[in-house]
Order: sequence, then structure tokens, then C-alpha cells
Amino acid sequence: MKNNSFREKLRRFVDYGSFREEELKLPRSPETLDTDNPENRWLTTVQNSEKPVRARLAKWFTHRGVQVFDNLYRVAAVFICLTLISLLLSVVSFLPRFGGADNPAVNEVEERYVSKAIEETGTTNAVAGMISAYRGFDTLGEAHVLFVAACSVIALLRVDPSERKHGRLVDPELLGEDMDYEPNSDLILRKAAKLLVPLAFIFGLYVILNGTSSPGGGFSGGALIGAGLILNSVAFGFQRTERFFGDEMYHLVKTACLTVYALLMAYFIYMGANGFDDHVWLGVPGNIISGGLILPINVAVGFEVACTMYCFYALFRKGGL
Amino acid sequence: MELVQSFPFITIVFSLTCGVFCAVLRGNRARTLCLSWLTVTFLMSLSVLLYTLKSDGYYIYRMGKWNAPWGNEIRVGVLEALMATAFSGVMLLSVLGGLNHIFEDCEAEKTNLYFTMISLLMSSLFALIYTNDLFTAYVFVEINTIASCALVMLKSSGKTLVATTRYLIMSLLGSGLFLLGIVMLYGITGELLMESIAEKVREIFASGEYSLPLTVIIGLFSVGLAVKSALFPFHSWLPDAHGSATAASSAVLSGLVLKGYIIVLIKIFYRIFGLSVIVSERVSNFLFLFGFLAMILGSVGALRERDLKRMLAYSSVAQVGYIYAGLGMHSQAGMVAACVQILAHAVTKPMLFIAAGGFMDVSGGNKDMASLTGAGRRDPLGGAAFTVGAMSMIGIPSFAGFMTKFTLTQGALQAHTPLMIMALAAIAVSTLLNALYYIPAVFTLFSRRDDGKYAGVRARYTPSYAGATVAFILLNLGFGVFSQAIVDAVSRGLAMFGA
Amino acid sequence: MVQLREFLTNLFANYYEAAAMILFGIGFTSLLMHRNLVKKIIGFNFMDSAIYLFLAAKGYITGRLAPIITDGNTDPRLYVNPIPTGLVLTGIVVSVSVTAFSLALTCRLYDKYHTLDIDEITYLARKERD
Repeated sequence: MKNNSFREKLRRFVDYGSFREEELKLPRSPETLDTDNPENRWLTTVQNSEKPVRARLAKWFTHRGVQVFDNLYRVAAVFICLTLISLLLSVVSFLPRFGGADNPAVNEVEERYVSKAIEETGTTNAVAGMISAYRGFDTLGEAHVLFVAACSVIALLRVDPSERKHGRLVDPELLGEDMDYEPNSDLILRKAAKLLVPLAFIFGLYVILNGTSSPGGGFSGGALIGAGLILNSVAFGFQRTERFFGDEMYHLVKTACLTVYALLMAYFIYMGANGFDDHVWLGVPGNIISGGLILPINVAVGFEVACTMYCFYALFRKGGL
Repeated sequence: MELVQSFPFITIVFSLTCGVFCAVLRGNRARTLCLSWLTVTFLMSLSVLLYTLKSDGYYIYRMGKWNAPWGNEIRVGVLEALMATAFSGVMLLSVLGGLNHIFEDCEAEKTNLYFTMISLLMSSLFALIYTNDLFTAYVFVEINTIASCALVMLKSSGKTLVATTRYLIMSLLGSGLFLLGIVMLYGITGELLMESIAEKVREIFASGEYSLPLTVIIGLFSVGLAVKSALFPFHSWLPDAHGSATAASSAVLSGLVLKGYIIVLIKIFYRIFGLSVIVSERVSNFLFLFGFLAMILGSVGALRERDLKRMLAYSSVAQVGYIYAGLGMHSQAGMVAACVQILAHAVTKPMLFIAAGGFMDVSGGNKDMASLTGAGRRDPLGGAAFTVGAMSMIGIPSFAGFMTKFTLTQGALQAHTPLMIMALAAIAVSTLLNALYYIPAVFTLFSRRDDGKYAGVRARYTPSYAGATVAFILLNLGFGVFSQAIVDAVSRGLAMFGA
Repeated sequence: MVQLREFLTNLFANYYEAAAMILFGIGFTSLLMHRNLVKKIIGFNFMDSAIYLFLAAKGYITGRLAPIITDGNTDPRLYVNPIPTGLVLTGIVVSVSVTAFSLALTCRLYDKYHTLDIDEITYLARKERD
């Protein structure tokens, strides 16, 4: 058995990188022979007397080769790690001092983001103004990174609803034991969730709506709402969440949010690039209605992120929304 | 501003939206939407190309109300427009050519996601071509990575899953290094816009401060993007990923995705550091060396393969080597050669992969050379396309690939002696090796089968496959015939490409 | 000797960046060398978090406030640099997406091959016909 597994390992090692599978011809090592069998006795004596070196080598290979390779691999890993770290550390020692006010990064670009934030974007949160207005194109791409990841996870894990009896895994034999210990009606969890789920929704909405005037915005608020949805399905089961948030709802919200976002951004970019006035009322800085297009963008991004977070959970957990 | 000038931004943003809609439509409708949108982007890019050729200069398109160091911007010149036109056209033809396979290989209710990925990939390629901002490049590199991994994975089998995993791991390593490079460069310059960084880099380089960080940053960019574009020592993921995916995916990944990363690298070299810094840091020598090795060892790898698609994938490794060898010559002629190779390979390799897909159809889905014997007779159109592609790859005049070798040789003759000898030797050896595996492949494909297997099988042409193959053949011949015009356009584009 | 001392003082002055680089090295090596897929993904997250730590440190300026304008005071010398904060936000979203994707891939591979060892999975996948 041991010999067998070694061969597998060695073959894997030799095969690695080439796609052809050739039988690895190893000398039969003495252990595998049935020495009690009189027919075989001559063979062992021949091996012992005539090819001691080869037999010993084979034996060494059997027992030590894989270990040596494993150890070498570890040494190589540590070596690569240390080399990389020392190279990067020596770079760090040349970089500008941490926290210095005269660092190259403190320049006119950064100054305008802060000093003109109220005047030009209508936000008091300079970060929100920067990511959604000044560099809004990047953030549009970012929202679509999340979208493309959600689509890929759907492609990988979605199981047809008719086959979804045992969650994502179609084969019940593969079902792990951990599913038996699922807290289906755990009292503490349910009571806590009853309190926390509405709170998470409200807090998430608060963070989204106040993204222009305080820390937060679409991504963080959306993650909070997503956490609320996940908590709801953990405590009360998926049926409770499916009542108001199912497959169709997911697609509707997601498509609407991303389309609205892209259209707003396209309008903003087109008007800006051509030097037209975009007729957007910037609102009162510090209030909820402020920041012009940033508020609707935050709302769209928030719901998209919430959908995606819940979508990830539901797909990993049961293979569909 | 004229309306034409807005087209690049429209192609980027609405390709994203097209992807979003494809995700909620059924397979057939998603296909119609995606293909019509790709046609629109092709026409738009073509009109941008004509506009830039006519106006003879680049223009900067502000992405929003604010000028560049504060807002985002894209920059459109002849070279960018040429790449965008070629890429959208090749994308359209690849999807058309592999359309049957997409519907066969993907699960029925997930076919629409394939078109989602194609749209997002197209958007990210446009963004990488046009962008003038390093961080925008990072965001779209990530979209590109995930979408291209998903394109491999959507043909669901154990092999593609493993290939995707290895592809993803290598891509993540590359992205990590690339991001670290951006962040460090931001730390010492405080800018993200390419032209502003270039200004600061020139100052830094003149003052001699930060010399080690600058070297390491150039190294991080080069290694990170080389891993993603499968330069020689980092190519191990490519044959698996490109060999096992569905035909259209292989075509798109080999022909376009690898080039997207190389375009970013060219921008970094040209617009940020400038050729003089790159040369004095000796990065170009390394790039040339690895390109040189890739040209030879990639071809050797292809020579050893008995599986047609993996052979083509190894050939891509060699062809990427040509691009890097051109980049590494640190001369204008070398850069022209690299850009011509990007275009020539983009129009040739997808044709070969689409033809290989057609051959698999008439050979019971097998892709080893033994089963494919005689496939060219059973699928004459695919056979013709493969022959044209093979001739182009070998570098026979009047096909697309010839111009690459010609410009690369011109570049080599301008370089200093040791480099010239190496480059000429590499071109000669690589051409010989190309001939050694492409010509036998063509002969095998057209030879008669003795065993009578697949005797009655004939290719049933769908309009999309037939149209795409014919268009690819014409495109390749057109590239060959008008190659001088293309080289001129590339040189003009490169002249306005730098800062 | 003087150089070494300078090197060390600079390194200690930039202790956030130094820590970030050590984490980056560890994460990179795990992603590259580890055979276990889940540990590879953990390594990737290490690597990305290290970059965010680095960025956040780059944005900090001693004694200044978060870039939320209070009381209408728009003097840029009062607030830290907002750019790295925005970049970190973008980066986090990207790394969440990539992590979800790679974990989903790992799930599918585990369902199929019942192991997380990438070498073993590669070996098993090579044996099957496609």
C-alpha cells in the first residue's frame, strides 16, 4: 500500500508539467515480493547479491525521496518568502517617512479634493466626492467587478431548483454532517435576529443615505443590508427571505441598479466632457440631499452590493437564490 | 466636441451595461444582444479610427467635469483606435465562429452568462486600450481577469475547472504585484495619471533619489504583467487554460486577452517611464532575453504536442515572445514590430482556434492529431482557414504574420551587434520551428484516412461559422496586402502614443 | 555600519509599511507555494490586505483629521490625504469579488475530487477524458 501511494506521488511529481502519461518503470523493490513463495526466492537472492546498489537506491527512493522533495519545497518556499520580504523592506527604507506632511503624495491633487469638495461636488465627505464624482469612472468599473464576480459564482454554483433538495450538493452522500447541526429553530438566535435584522436594514440605509456627509456610502451600507439579509436567512430559514427576496427580485434589483448607475455616470461624463451644464442641483452640503448625482449613485451601489452579498451566501449555502 | 470623439467612452460604458442585460436574458436573446452590440462597437471604433487618421493627432476625452489630474480621462490616438477596431472585430468574429460550441459546451440556462462575460471582457479591453490612468487600468485588469477565467470555466468539465484554478492563481499573483507597483509608485510620486507620473519620474530620475524603489517598481510592473500575459517562464498555466476551453474562449483569450495586458505594459513603459529610463534600468534586456527564450521554447513545446489546441496554445507562448522581443529591443523599430505583432497575432490565432473547433466537430469531439487526420477534407472551409493561419504564422509573404517578422528583422538590424545576432537567430530558428509543426499539421489535416473512421462525416456549415471563417481569411489576406499601410499607421500612432 | 543604522532607522520610522511588506511576502509565498487551495486563497487575502495597509499608511499625515469637512473648514492642511482611502475601498471590493470567485471554484473542485490539494487535483484531472 505504501509503495503504491509512493508511486502515485512520484508519478505526479514526474508528470507535473508534461501531459503525456508514461508508466514509470521502477525496479520492483524487494518488499513487494512474496519471499515465502519458493518460486520467488531465487529472485530476492539475485537482487540482493547482484544489484545491491540499485535495490538500495530504489528502497531509498521509496522511503526518502518524497520526503526530501517535500522538504526541498518547503526550503524553497521559505527562501522565496525571505528574499521577497528583504527586497521589499529595503525598498521601504528608501520611501518617504510615514506621516510626513511633505510627502510626495500630499500635492495639489489631494488639496483640491478636500478644499473644493463642497463647492464642486456638494459633499462634506471628501472621500465620497473623490470616488463617485472626481474619479467616478473607476468606481463604475469597481461596481462591475462585483457584478462579474457574482455572475461567475452563479455560473459555478447555481443548481437547478428541481434538484436542490440537499442544498448545493446534489449527491446526498456528499452532505456533510455539519448540516445536521444547523440551528433551525434556535431560540436565542431567533430572538437576537428579530432585534438585529431591522436594525441592520435601518443602519444600512442610514449609512447609504448619509454617505455624502459622513463616513460610509454605497459599498459599506450595502454590505450592512446584505448582512441583515444573511442573518435573516440564517435565523429563520431561506423561506422567510425568499418571501420578499427571491431569484426574480435579485435580478430585477441588480439590473435596475447597475443600469441606473451606468446611465447616470454616462450622462455625467458626456455632459462634463463636452463642457455642457449638467443641470444637477448639488443640494445643501451636510444634509441628506446633497452631492448631486452622488446620492442616487450611492443608493444604486448600496442595493447592488446588498444583493451581491446575499447572492454569494445563498449560492454557497444552497446553490441558488 | 464632435460626437465621434465620445464613441470610445460610449463603447466602454455601454459594453458594461450590455453585459448586465445579457445576465437576465435567455441564451438566444443574450446572443442577439451581445452580437449586435459588438457590431455597433466595431463600427464605432472604426469611425474613431477614421476620425483620428483624418485629424492626424490624438485627443483627450475628459471623463467628467474635471480636468485630468483630478478627474479620469481617456486618450485616443491612431494606435489606440486601430487596436480597438481590430479587437472588437476579432471579438465579433470569434464569437460568431464559435457560436455552435458555446451553445453545446455551456449548460443551457447558463449560456447567457457567456455573453455577459464577453461583453464585460470587451469593455475592459477597450478601457485598457484607451485609459490614461494607472488605477483605472488596475480596476479593468481585474474585470478582465475574472471575465477571462469565467470564459474558460463556463465549459464545465473537471479539466477546465482545474485549468481555471491554475489560471486564476497565476493571474492573482500578477495582479498583486501590479497593484503593489502602482501603490509604491503612488507613494513616491503622489500621482495616478500617467503624464503626471512621467513628469515626477523624470525629476526623481534626474535627482537620483529613490533609485532602488524605482527599479523595484519597474520590476514589479514587468513581472506582474508578464505573468498575466504568459511570458516564457510564467507560461505554465496557458496551455491548459487555452487548450481546454470552448473554441470561442480559446480564440478570444489567445488573441485578445493576453494583448490587453501587454498594451498596459507598453503604456507604462512609454508614457510613464520613457524608453531612456527603461533602457538604463536594463529592464529591456531582461524582456528581450525572456522573449527570445519564449520564441524558441514555446515553439519547442508546440512541436512536442500531439493535441491540436494545446499546440496552438504553445504557439501563442512563442508569439507572445515575439512581442516581448520587440519591446526589449528598446528602439522605435522594435516597438513598431511589437505593435504589429499584437495586431497580426490577434487576427491570426483566433482563426486557427475557430478552425480547430470546426475540426473537432467532424472528428467526434476529439482534438488529438490522430483523430483529426483528414479533418481538413471533412471541413474544407476550416481547412482553408487553418492553412491560411498556418502560413501566416510561419511568415509567408502576403499573409499577416509576414509583416511581423519583417518589422522585427528591421528592428534587429538597427540594434547593436550582440542583440542583433541574437534577434536574427531567434527569428530564424523560431520560423523554422513554426514551419516544423504547422506544415506537418496541415498535411495531417488534409491526408486521407486509412481506417475509414468518420467516413461519412461532413461539416454542416452554419452561416455564423462559415461567415466568420471566410471573414477571418479575408481579414488575414487584407492585413497581408495592406501591411505597409498598417505599419505606417502604427508608426504614426506610436509617435503620438508617448507623453 | 552607518548605512545599516540609517537603513534600520528608516525602517522603524516606516513601521507600517515595513509590516505591510512582511505580510505581503508571506501572502505571496502562500499563494504561490501552498498546495492547499483554501490556504492559497487565505494567502491572497493576506497579500491584498498588506497592500491596503500600505496604502492607508501612505495616506496618513501625523496630527490631521479624517477627510470629512466639519464646520465648513476647507483648509486642506487640516485633513489627511483622501486618495488612498478611496483606492483602498476600490481594492477591497475587488478582493472580495476575487475571493468569492476562487472559493466557488474550490467548492466545485472539492465536490468533484474530494481533496483540496491542487497537485492531486491536477493529477486526477489529467487522468480523466474530457
